[in-house]
Amino acid sequence: MNQVQNFTKGLFKENPVFVMMLGLCPALGVTTSAINGLGMGLATTFVLLMSNIVVSIIKNAIPPKVRIPSFIVIIASFVTIVDLTMNAYLPSLHKELGLFIPLIVVNCLVMGRAEGFASKNNTLSSIIDALGMGFGFAIALTILGGVREILGSGAIFGVSLVDADLMLAFVLAPGAFIGLGYLIAIHRAIKKN
Amino acid sequence: MEYIIILISAIFVNNIVLAKFLGICPFVGVSAKTDTAVGMSGAVMFVMTIATIITWLIKTYILEVYGLQFLEIISFILVISSLVQLVEIILKKVSPPLFQALGIYLPLITTNCAILGVAIEASGTTDFGLLHSTVFAIANAIGFGLVMILFASLREHLDLVNVPKGMRGVPAAFIVAGILALAFMGFSGMV
Repeated sequence: MNQVQNFTKGLFKENPVFVMMLGLCPALGVTTSAINGLGMGLATTFVLLMSNIVVSIIKNAIPPKVRIPSFIVIIASFVTIVDLTMNAYLPSLHKELGLFIPLIVVNCLVMGRAEGFASKNNTLSSIIDALGMGFGFAIALTILGGVREILGSGAIFGVSLVDADLMLAFVLAPGAFIGLGYLIAIHRAIKKN
Repeated sequence: MEYIIILISAIFVNNIVLAKFLGICPFVGVSAKTDTAVGMSGAVMFVMTIATIITWLIKTYILEVYGLQFLEIISFILVISSLVQLVEIILKKVSPPLFQALGIYLPLITTNCAILGVAIEASGTTDFGLLHSTVFAIANAIGFGLVMILFASLREHLDLVNVPKGMRGVPAAFIVAGILALAFMGFSGMV
């Protein structure tokens, strides 16, 4: 597979949220607005990138039997870095994303790429794979956040478009499920054509 | 009384799946049949309660004593993943029928964010003692089980309905989950 395909597969064809259904908890939990979705997407991309790099470098040094625990420790270290850095420099975003920052550890997407890709490929491919998957995740979260923000509060990235309260349910919990359901269906329809 | 409030709040008002969005992977992944949903809920309840007790002890008697709070994420996830394996080995020896029922769901639980989420939340709530945390974990597990079983029975009925082609499967399931979440919003304000 050439590197361009390696990068673009995560953006649309194998999008982690819409196709592979990985990392759904943060995808539903933090996307009350586009900016939260983007923040979460970028935080996950960072962890994904760093863990893919480290795993692909030391893959031969890890005994196969303790593979999974080793990956978990690597991922958890980077999540701690993100958690503390965000808390220091972006306290308001950190507060909004809350519990979902430490929960990047158990995001199946990060673990899945470490186990399924980085442990079998060289460092360059792993970096490109991580960037593609990470951006695909960030795009999906930003779209879902944007849709919910527009329908729920009539704004996008905090910029108010209409001056009224719209369907409040879309900013609340039910909107996350319904919004994602329709987005998956739309993604399927576009992919088919 | 406090314990009853914790129970009601975690089961209905702030339901772990429908309001806090934790444990979505098993919620969508193993909810196609009611009996698998029951098995998964049982396994989650078992592991969640034990994991919360042990992580609470670790946080209070090791991390806080030595000022190691920054190791919380790493130590919790390691404890949970080794705990799951330990539970698996012990169950196999002690209670083969229970192992038969829960066995295949146990490995899936390590990556269930509900377990880590509840453990972190219980350890982060400052006025939670050990008993509070335990009740909190049990309440969340009941909430998870309730929604899981409700959703599985809804999905079984969904198979018999003529859903538009593009919406079949996961999209329709998400819409149903959304409507279920809408119904659970009716409980808000109870506590």
